[in-house]
Amino acid sequence: MKYVDEFRDGELANGLASTIARAADTGRNYSFMEFCGGHTHAISRYGVTDLLPANIQMIHGPGCPVCVLPIGRIDLAIGLALDQGVILCTYGDTLRVPASDGLSLMKAKARGGDVRMIYSTADVLAIARDNPDRDVVFLAIGFETTTPPTALLIEQAKNEGIGNLSVLCNHVLTPSAITHILESPEVREYGTLPLDGFIGPSHVSTVIGTQPYEHFAREYRKPVVISGFEPLDVMQGILMLVRQVNEGRAEVENEFFRAVTRGGNRKAQTLVAKIFELRRTFEWRGLGEVPYSALQIRSEYAAFDAEQRYGLRYAPVADNKACECGAILRGVKKPTDCKIFGTVCTPETPMGSCMVSSEGACAAHYTYGRFKDVEIVAA
Amino acid sequence: MCLALPARIVEMRKQDIGIVDLGGVRKEVSLALVDDLQVDDYVIVHVGYALSKLDPEEAERTLRIFAEMESMPGNVGVGA
Ligand code: SF4
Repeated sequence: MKYVDEFRDGELANGLASTIARAADTGRNYSFMEFCGGHTHAISRYGVTDLLPANIQMIHGPGCPVCVLPIGRIDLAIGLALDQGVILCTYGDTLRVPASDGLSLMKAKARGGDVRMIYSTADVLAIARDNPDRDVVFLAIGFETTTPPTALLIEQAKNEGIGNLSVLCNHVLTPSAITHILESPEVREYGTLPLDGFIGPSHVSTVIGTQPYEHFAREYRKPVVISGFEPLDVMQGILMLVRQVNEGRAEVENEFFRAVTRGGNRKAQTLVAKIFELRRTFEWRGLGEVPYSALQIRSEYAAFDAEQRYGLRYAPVADNKACECGAILRGVKKPTDCKIFGTVCTPETPMGSCMVSSEGACAAHYTYGRFKDVEIVAA
Repeated sequence: MCLALPARIVEMRKQDIGIVDLGGVRKEVSLALVDDLQVDDYVIVHVGYALSKLDPEEAERTLRIFAEMESMPGNVGVGA
Protein backbone atom coordinates (compact mmCIF):
# COMPACT_ATOMS: atom_id res chain seq x y z
CA MET A 1 0.00 0.00 0.00
CA LYS A 2 1.37 3.41 -0.94
CA TYR A 3 2.89 5.37 1.96
CA VAL A 4 2.85 2.21 4.06
CA ASP A 5 5.12 -0.36 2.40
CA GLU A 6 7.94 2.08 1.68
CA PHE A 7 8.08 2.82 5.40
CA ARG A 8 8.56 -0.88 6.20
CA ASP A 9 11.53 -1.50 3.91
CA GLY A 10 13.94 -3.94 5.53
CA GLU A 11 17.08 -2.68 3.82
CA LEU A 12 16.42 0.88 4.85
CA ALA A 13 15.74 -0.40 8.37
CA ASN A 14 19.21 -1.92 8.50
CA GLY A 15 20.72 1.32 7.29
CA LEU A 16 18.85 3.22 9.98
CA ALA A 17 19.87 0.66 12.58
CA SER A 18 23.56 1.16 11.88
CA THR A 19 23.15 4.94 11.95
CA ILE A 20 21.46 4.64 15.36
CA ALA A 21 24.25 2.36 16.59
CA ARG A 22 26.85 4.88 15.46
CA ALA A 23 24.99 7.78 17.04
CA ALA A 24 24.43 6.12 20.42
CA ASP A 25 27.11 6.85 22.97
CA THR A 26 28.40 3.51 24.25
CA GLY A 27 29.23 5.10 27.60
CA ARG A 28 25.58 5.63 28.56
CA ASN A 29 22.10 4.16 28.51
CA TYR A 30 19.07 5.60 26.78
CA SER A 31 15.51 4.93 27.97
CA PHE A 32 12.73 6.15 25.74
CA MET A 33 9.02 5.73 26.28
CA GLU A 34 6.75 5.29 23.33
CA PHE A 35 3.53 6.76 24.61
CA CYS A 36 1.26 5.33 21.96
CA GLY A 37 -0.04 1.79 21.67
CA GLY A 38 0.37 2.09 17.91
CA HIS A 39 4.11 2.41 18.41
CA THR A 40 4.14 -0.45 20.92
CA HIS A 41 2.45 -2.60 18.32
CA ALA A 42 4.87 -1.59 15.54
CA ILE A 43 7.93 -2.08 17.75
CA SER A 44 6.84 -5.58 18.77
CA ARG A 45 5.51 -6.65 15.41
CA TYR A 46 8.54 -5.58 13.37
CA GLY A 47 11.10 -6.51 16.00
CA VAL A 48 12.46 -2.97 16.19
CA THR A 49 14.06 -3.70 19.58
CA ASP A 50 16.24 -6.35 17.96
CA LEU A 51 17.69 -3.74 15.63
CA LEU A 52 18.66 -1.39 18.44
CA PRO A 53 21.95 -1.42 20.35
CA ALA A 54 21.73 -2.89 23.85
CA ASN A 55 22.05 0.48 25.55
CA ILE A 56 18.80 1.78 24.04
CA GLN A 57 15.71 0.64 25.87
CA MET A 58 12.15 1.16 24.73
CA ILE A 59 9.53 1.39 27.46
CA HIS A 60 5.85 0.90 26.70
CA GLY A 61 3.67 3.76 27.84
CA PRO A 62 -0.04 4.09 28.62
CA GLY A 63 -1.11 5.18 25.14
CA CYS A 64 -3.80 2.67 24.34
CA PRO A 65 -7.30 4.00 25.00
CA VAL A 66 -8.68 0.51 25.54
CA CYS A 67 -6.02 -0.27 28.16
CA VAL A 68 -6.62 2.90 30.17
CA LEU A 69 -10.43 2.72 30.26
CA PRO A 70 -11.26 1.89 33.89
CA ILE A 71 -13.53 -1.01 34.83
CA GLY A 72 -16.09 1.32 36.44
CA ARG A 73 -16.73 3.10 33.15
CA ILE A 74 -17.42 -0.17 31.31
CA ASP A 75 -19.69 -1.20 34.19
CA LEU A 76 -21.76 1.92 33.48
CA ALA A 77 -22.15 0.89 29.84
CA ILE A 78 -23.04 -2.68 30.77
CA GLY A 79 -25.65 -1.32 33.20
CA LEU A 80 -27.20 0.74 30.42
CA ALA A 81 -27.38 -2.26 28.11
CA LEU A 82 -28.73 -4.75 30.67
CA ASP A 83 -30.87 -2.61 33.00
CA GLN A 84 -32.02 0.28 30.83
CA GLY A 85 -32.46 -1.69 27.64
CA VAL A 86 -30.61 0.77 25.43
CA ILE A 87 -28.87 -0.10 22.18
CA LEU A 88 -25.25 0.23 23.26
CA CYS A 89 -22.84 0.98 20.41
CA THR A 90 -19.05 0.97 20.61
CA TYR A 91 -15.82 0.25 18.70
CA GLY A 92 -14.85 -3.41 18.52
CA ASP A 93 -11.82 -3.25 20.82
CA THR A 94 -13.95 -2.16 23.76
CA LEU A 95 -16.21 -5.20 23.67
CA ARG A 96 -13.77 -7.62 25.30
CA VAL A 97 -12.43 -5.46 28.11
CA PRO A 98 -12.95 -7.36 31.38
CA ALA A 99 -15.36 -5.55 33.71
CA SER A 100 -16.90 -6.36 37.11
CA ASP A 101 -18.53 -9.72 37.96
CA GLY A 102 -16.65 -11.52 35.21
CA LEU A 103 -18.59 -9.52 32.63
CA SER A 104 -17.58 -7.66 29.51
CA LEU A 105 -19.77 -5.94 26.93
CA MET A 106 -19.53 -9.08 24.82
CA LYS A 107 -20.79 -11.22 27.70
CA ALA A 108 -23.50 -8.67 28.41
CA LYS A 109 -24.61 -9.19 24.81
CA ALA A 110 -24.76 -12.93 25.38
CA ARG A 111 -27.02 -12.20 28.35
CA GLY A 112 -29.45 -10.39 26.13
CA GLY A 113 -28.07 -6.87 26.08
CA ASP A 114 -28.37 -5.11 22.73
CA VAL A 115 -24.68 -4.37 22.23
CA ARG A 116 -23.52 -3.46 18.74
CA MET A 117 -20.06 -3.03 17.30
CA ILE A 118 -19.65 -0.01 15.05
CA TYR A 119 -16.85 1.06 12.71
CA SER A 120 -17.64 4.72 12.58
CA THR A 121 -19.81 7.21 14.44
CA ALA A 122 -21.83 7.49 11.22
CA ASP A 123 -23.09 3.97 12.01
CA VAL A 124 -24.38 5.19 15.39
CA LEU A 125 -26.35 7.96 13.72
CA ALA A 126 -27.85 5.44 11.30
CA ILE A 127 -28.83 3.09 14.13
CA ALA A 128 -30.51 5.96 16.02
CA ARG A 129 -32.43 6.98 12.87
CA ASP A 130 -33.53 3.40 12.21
CA ASN A 131 -34.72 2.82 15.77
CA PRO A 132 -36.69 5.93 16.72
CA ASP A 133 -38.50 4.12 19.55
CA ARG A 134 -35.31 2.88 21.23
CA ASP A 135 -32.63 4.74 23.17
CA VAL A 136 -29.20 4.51 21.57
CA VAL A 137 -26.02 5.16 23.57
CA PHE A 138 -22.54 5.44 22.06
CA LEU A 139 -19.79 4.36 24.44
CA ALA A 140 -17.13 6.76 23.19
CA ILE A 141 -13.50 6.07 23.96
CA GLY A 142 -10.21 7.20 22.53
CA PHE A 143 -7.60 9.92 22.42
CA GLU A 144 -7.64 13.07 20.32
CA THR A 145 -7.91 11.00 17.11
CA THR A 146 -11.38 9.62 17.84
CA THR A 147 -12.74 12.70 19.60
CA PRO A 148 -13.55 14.80 16.49
CA PRO A 149 -15.78 12.06 15.01
CA THR A 150 -17.70 11.90 18.32
CA ALA A 151 -18.06 15.69 18.29
CA LEU A 152 -19.41 15.53 14.76
CA LEU A 153 -21.90 12.83 15.80
CA ILE A 154 -23.28 15.04 18.58
CA GLU A 155 -23.47 18.07 16.33
CA GLN A 156 -25.26 16.16 13.59
CA ALA A 157 -27.69 14.60 16.08
CA LYS A 158 -28.51 18.07 17.39
CA ASN A 159 -28.90 19.56 13.91
CA GLU A 160 -31.16 16.74 12.81
CA GLY A 161 -33.15 16.85 16.04
CA ILE A 162 -32.43 13.22 16.85
CA GLY A 163 -33.73 12.76 20.39
CA ASN A 164 -32.96 9.10 21.10
CA LEU A 165 -29.17 9.31 20.98
CA SER A 166 -26.64 10.05 23.71
CA VAL A 167 -22.93 9.58 24.28
CA LEU A 168 -21.15 8.09 27.27
CA CYS A 169 -17.99 10.13 26.90
CA ASN A 170 -14.59 8.73 27.88
CA HIS A 171 -12.35 10.78 25.63
CA VAL A 172 -8.94 11.37 27.17
CA LEU A 173 -6.03 13.70 26.43
CA THR A 174 -2.47 12.61 25.78
CA PRO A 175 -0.39 15.61 26.96
CA SER A 176 -1.82 15.49 30.48
CA ALA A 177 -1.14 11.76 30.73
CA ILE A 178 2.50 12.24 29.78
CA THR A 179 2.85 14.94 32.42
CA HIS A 180 1.22 12.67 34.97
CA ILE A 181 3.69 9.86 34.30
CA LEU A 182 6.52 12.19 35.22
CA GLU A 183 5.13 13.83 38.32
CA SER A 184 2.28 11.83 39.89
CA PRO A 185 2.51 10.89 43.59
CA GLU A 186 2.20 7.19 42.63
CA VAL A 187 5.69 7.39 41.16
CA ARG A 188 6.84 6.75 44.73
CA GLU A 189 4.74 3.63 45.05
CA TYR A 190 5.85 2.16 41.74
CA GLY A 191 9.39 3.45 41.83
CA THR A 192 10.84 6.11 39.60
CA LEU A 193 11.37 5.66 35.99
CA PRO A 194 14.45 7.14 34.40
CA LEU A 195 13.22 8.44 31.07
CA ASP A 196 15.35 10.27 28.53
CA GLY A 197 12.61 11.15 26.10
CA PHE A 198 9.32 10.29 24.45
CA ILE A 199 8.22 9.06 21.07
CA GLY A 200 5.11 11.20 20.69
CA PRO A 201 1.80 10.11 19.16
CA SER A 202 1.48 10.67 15.43
CA HIS A 203 -2.18 10.28 14.63
CA VAL A 204 -3.17 12.21 17.74
CA SER A 205 -0.89 14.96 16.47
CA THR A 206 -2.59 15.09 13.08
CA VAL A 207 -5.43 16.60 15.10
CA ILE A 208 -3.74 18.57 17.93
CA GLY A 209 -0.44 19.32 16.18
CA THR A 210 2.98 19.21 17.80
CA GLN A 211 2.53 22.43 19.74
CA PRO A 212 0.84 20.97 22.89
CA TYR A 213 4.06 19.08 23.65
CA GLU A 214 6.30 22.13 23.57
CA HIS A 215 5.45 23.38 27.03
CA PHE A 216 5.97 19.88 28.26
CA ALA A 217 9.44 19.54 26.71
CA ARG A 218 10.46 22.90 28.19
CA GLU A 219 9.03 22.25 31.64
CA TYR A 220 10.34 18.73 32.14
CA ARG A 221 13.43 18.94 29.96
CA LYS A 222 12.48 15.78 28.07
CA PRO A 223 12.81 15.58 24.29
CA VAL A 224 9.72 14.54 22.34
CA VAL A 225 9.77 13.30 18.76
CA ILE A 226 6.40 12.89 17.05
CA SER A 227 6.84 9.77 14.89
CA GLY A 228 4.72 7.89 12.42
CA PHE A 229 3.57 4.35 13.15
CA GLU A 230 5.56 2.50 10.52
CA PRO A 231 8.75 0.80 11.72
CA LEU A 232 11.09 3.12 9.81
CA ASP A 233 9.33 6.13 11.29
CA VAL A 234 9.77 4.74 14.79
CA MET A 235 13.47 4.09 14.16
CA GLN A 236 13.99 7.56 12.74
CA GLY A 237 12.23 8.93 15.84
CA ILE A 238 14.62 6.99 18.07
CA LEU A 239 17.61 8.34 16.16
CA MET A 240 16.33 11.89 16.56
CA LEU A 241 15.89 11.32 20.31
CA VAL A 242 19.42 9.92 20.63
CA ARG A 243 20.78 13.01 18.92
CA GLN A 244 18.80 15.35 21.17
CA VAL A 245 20.05 13.56 24.28
CA ASN A 246 23.65 13.63 23.02
CA GLU A 247 23.43 17.32 22.35
CA GLY A 248 21.65 18.09 25.62
CA ARG A 249 18.57 19.40 23.82
CA ALA A 250 14.95 18.92 24.94
CA GLU A 251 12.74 19.95 22.05
CA VAL A 252 9.68 18.81 20.21
CA GLU A 253 10.66 17.49 16.80
CA ASN A 254 8.38 16.20 14.10
CA GLU A 255 9.35 13.11 12.16
CA PHE A 256 5.84 12.67 10.74
CA PHE A 257 5.71 15.93 8.87
CA ARG A 258 4.10 14.25 5.91
CA ALA A 259 0.81 14.47 7.84
CA VAL A 260 1.41 16.53 10.99
CA THR A 261 1.85 20.28 11.33
CA ARG A 262 2.65 22.39 14.37
CA GLY A 263 -0.90 23.69 14.64
CA GLY A 264 -2.72 20.49 13.72
CA ASN A 265 -6.21 20.27 12.26
CA ARG A 266 -7.89 23.55 13.29
CA LYS A 267 -11.25 22.57 11.89
CA ALA A 268 -11.36 19.46 14.07
CA GLN A 269 -10.08 21.38 17.10
CA THR A 270 -12.79 24.04 16.74
CA LEU A 271 -15.50 21.41 16.54
CA VAL A 272 -14.15 19.55 19.58
CA ALA A 273 -14.00 22.79 21.60
CA LYS A 274 -17.58 23.57 20.64
CA ILE A 275 -18.96 20.28 21.97
CA PHE A 276 -16.58 19.33 24.80
CA GLU A 277 -14.97 20.91 27.83
CA LEU A 278 -12.30 19.68 30.25
CA ARG A 279 -13.21 17.39 33.11
CA ARG A 280 -11.55 18.39 36.34
CA THR A 281 -10.37 14.86 36.88
CA PHE A 282 -10.78 11.45 35.27
CA GLU A 283 -9.70 8.01 36.37
CA TRP A 284 -7.35 6.19 34.00
CA ARG A 285 -6.94 2.48 34.42
CA GLY A 286 -3.45 1.97 35.77
CA LEU A 287 -2.74 5.67 36.28
CA GLY A 288 -5.51 6.54 38.73
CA GLU A 289 -7.11 9.99 38.86
CA VAL A 290 -5.42 12.34 36.40
CA PRO A 291 -6.41 16.03 36.68
CA TYR A 292 -7.73 17.75 33.53
CA SER A 293 -7.01 14.70 31.43
CA ALA A 294 -10.38 14.02 29.86
CA LEU A 295 -13.36 15.67 28.19
CA GLN A 296 -17.02 15.95 29.04
CA ILE A 297 -19.94 17.15 26.98
CA ARG A 298 -20.77 20.85 27.40
CA SER A 299 -24.03 21.77 29.13
CA GLU A 300 -25.47 23.16 25.86
CA TYR A 301 -25.42 19.57 24.62
CA ALA A 302 -26.53 17.97 27.91
CA ALA A 303 -29.40 16.23 26.12
CA PHE A 304 -26.78 14.10 24.35
CA ASP A 305 -24.81 13.31 27.50
CA ALA A 306 -25.63 9.78 28.69
CA GLU A 307 -24.23 10.52 32.15
CA GLN A 308 -26.80 13.28 32.65
CA ARG A 309 -29.61 11.60 30.83
CA TYR A 310 -29.47 8.44 32.92
CA GLY A 311 -28.12 10.03 36.12
CA LEU A 312 -25.04 7.82 36.03
CA ARG A 313 -22.69 7.84 39.01
CA TYR A 314 -19.17 6.60 38.45
CA ALA A 315 -17.81 4.18 41.04
CA PRO A 316 -14.16 3.14 40.87
CA VAL A 317 -13.47 -0.60 40.81
CA ALA A 318 -10.13 -2.07 41.84
CA ASP A 319 -8.19 -4.09 39.29
CA ASN A 320 -7.65 -7.81 39.64
CA LYS A 321 -4.96 -8.20 42.34
CA ALA A 322 -2.60 -10.27 40.24
CA CYS A 323 -2.70 -7.85 37.32
CA GLU A 324 0.35 -5.63 36.95
CA CYS A 325 -1.20 -3.35 34.32
CA GLY A 326 -0.75 -0.31 36.58
CA ALA A 327 3.00 -0.72 36.76
CA ILE A 328 3.25 -1.77 33.12
CA LEU A 329 1.36 1.29 31.87
CA ARG A 330 3.85 3.47 33.76
CA GLY A 331 6.73 1.59 32.26
CA VAL A 332 8.17 0.36 35.57
CA LYS A 333 7.38 -3.31 34.92
CA LYS A 334 7.39 -5.53 31.86
CA PRO A 335 4.58 -7.89 30.85
CA THR A 336 6.71 -10.88 31.82
CA ASP A 337 6.90 -9.52 35.38
CA CYS A 338 3.22 -10.38 35.76
CA LYS A 339 2.71 -13.81 37.34
CA ILE A 340 -0.28 -14.65 35.18
CA PHE A 341 1.12 -13.39 31.87
CA GLY A 342 0.68 -15.99 29.17
CA THR A 343 -0.85 -18.55 31.53
CA VAL A 344 -4.13 -17.34 33.01
CA CYS A 345 -4.03 -14.12 31.04
CA THR A 346 -3.86 -14.43 27.25
CA PRO A 347 -5.41 -12.48 24.37
CA GLU A 348 -8.21 -15.11 24.26
CA THR A 349 -8.88 -14.78 28.00
CA PRO A 350 -7.64 -11.33 29.04
CA MET A 351 -7.59 -10.65 32.78
CA GLY A 352 -6.28 -7.14 32.49
CA SER A 353 -6.85 -4.49 29.86
CA CYS A 354 -3.27 -4.53 28.49
CA MET A 355 -4.05 -7.96 27.06
CA VAL A 356 -7.20 -6.88 25.20
CA SER A 357 -6.20 -4.75 22.27
CA SER A 358 -3.29 -5.57 20.00
CA GLU A 359 -1.82 -2.22 21.01
CA GLY A 360 -1.64 -3.18 24.69
CA ALA A 361 1.83 -3.93 26.02
CA CYS A 362 0.89 -7.44 27.20
CA ALA A 363 -0.94 -8.45 24.02
CA ALA A 364 1.83 -7.07 21.78
CA HIS A 365 4.42 -8.94 23.79
CA TYR A 366 2.38 -12.14 23.86
CA THR A 367 1.75 -12.10 20.12
CA TYR A 368 5.12 -11.00 18.81
CA GLY A 369 7.75 -11.20 21.49
CA ARG A 370 6.87 -13.83 24.07
CA PHE A 371 9.34 -16.50 23.13
CA LYS A 372 12.32 -14.22 23.07
CA ASP A 373 12.18 -13.76 26.84
CA VAL A 374 11.56 -17.37 27.72
CA GLU A 375 14.82 -18.90 28.79
CA ILE A 376 15.59 -22.14 27.09
CA VAL A 377 16.72 -24.66 29.66
CA ALA A 378 18.24 -27.91 28.48
CA ALA A 379 16.22 -30.89 29.71
CA MET B 1 -7.57 1.45 18.21
CA CYS B 2 -5.50 4.44 17.17
CA LEU B 3 -4.16 3.00 13.97
CA ALA B 4 -5.01 5.04 10.93
CA LEU B 5 -4.05 4.46 7.31
CA PRO B 6 -3.11 6.64 4.38
CA ALA B 7 -5.65 6.32 1.58
CA ARG B 8 -6.19 7.98 -1.79
CA ILE B 9 -9.46 9.75 -2.52
CA VAL B 10 -10.85 8.28 -5.73
CA GLU B 11 -14.26 9.91 -5.77
CA MET B 12 -15.99 12.85 -4.11
CA ARG B 13 -19.65 12.49 -3.20
CA LYS B 14 -21.98 15.11 -1.88
CA GLN B 15 -22.12 16.17 1.76
CA ASP B 16 -18.51 15.66 2.79
CA ILE B 17 -18.47 12.04 1.74
CA GLY B 18 -15.64 10.56 -0.29
CA ILE B 19 -14.61 7.17 -1.58
CA VAL B 20 -11.04 6.17 -0.81
CA ASP B 21 -8.87 3.37 -2.05
CA LEU B 22 -7.31 1.46 0.84
CA GLY B 23 -4.86 -0.97 -0.71
CA GLY B 24 -7.34 -1.95 -3.42
CA VAL B 25 -10.44 -1.83 -1.21
CA ARG B 26 -12.89 1.00 -1.82
CA LYS B 27 -14.40 2.53 1.27
CA GLU B 28 -16.73 5.38 2.00
CA VAL B 29 -15.25 7.90 4.43
CA SER B 30 -16.34 11.22 5.85
CA LEU B 31 -14.32 14.23 4.68
CA ALA B 32 -16.15 16.59 7.04
CA LEU B 33 -13.13 17.19 9.29
CA VAL B 34 -10.66 18.36 6.63
CA ASP B 35 -11.08 21.31 4.26
CA ASP B 36 -10.03 21.63 0.62
CA LEU B 37 -9.75 18.01 -0.40
CA GLN B 38 -9.93 16.74 -3.93
CA VAL B 39 -9.70 13.53 -5.91
CA ASP B 40 -6.19 11.98 -5.84
CA ASP B 41 -5.29 13.57 -2.49
CA TYR B 42 -3.96 11.19 0.13
CA VAL B 43 -5.57 11.42 3.56
CA ILE B 44 -4.98 9.73 6.91
CA VAL B 45 -8.18 7.80 7.65
CA HIS B 46 -9.27 6.76 11.12
CA VAL B 47 -12.61 5.25 12.22
CA GLY B 48 -14.21 6.32 8.96
CA TYR B 49 -12.98 9.91 8.96
CA ALA B 50 -10.20 11.68 7.12
CA LEU B 51 -8.13 13.38 9.83
CA SER B 52 -5.45 15.13 7.82
CA LYS B 53 -4.02 15.43 4.37
CA LEU B 54 -0.84 13.56 3.60
CA ASP B 55 1.79 15.61 1.80
CA PRO B 56 3.37 13.40 -0.90
CA GLU B 57 6.42 15.65 -1.19
CA GLU B 58 7.12 15.42 2.51
CA ALA B 59 6.65 11.65 2.35
CA GLU B 60 9.21 11.43 -0.46
CA ARG B 61 11.57 13.66 1.49
CA THR B 62 11.36 11.43 4.55
CA LEU B 63 12.08 8.37 2.41
CA ARG B 64 15.03 10.10 0.76
CA ILE B 65 16.51 10.86 4.16
CA PHE B 66 16.20 7.20 5.15
CA ALA B 67 17.93 6.15 1.94
CA GLU B 68 20.72 8.71 2.17
CA MET B 69 21.50 7.61 5.66
CA GLU B 70 22.90 4.34 4.40
CA SER B 71 25.51 6.00 2.22
CA MET B 72 26.34 8.98 4.36
CA PRO B 73 27.50 8.14 7.86
CA GLY B 74 26.91 10.88 10.39
CA ASN B 75 24.49 12.97 8.33
CA VAL B 76 21.95 15.12 10.11
CA GLY B 77 18.67 13.32 9.55
CA VAL B 78 15.17 14.74 9.75
CA GLY B 79 14.97 18.07 11.53
CA ALA B 80 12.02 19.62 13.30
S1 SF4 C 1 -0.55 -10.21 31.76
FE1 SF4 C 1 -2.72 -9.75 31.98
S2 SF4 C 1 -3.05 -9.59 34.15
FE2 SF4 C 1 -0.83 -9.44 33.82
S3 SF4 C 1 -0.42 -7.25 33.63
FE3 SF4 C 1 -0.78 -8.00 31.58
S4 SF4 C 1 -2.96 -7.66 31.23
FE4 SF4 C 1 -2.62 -7.48 33.44
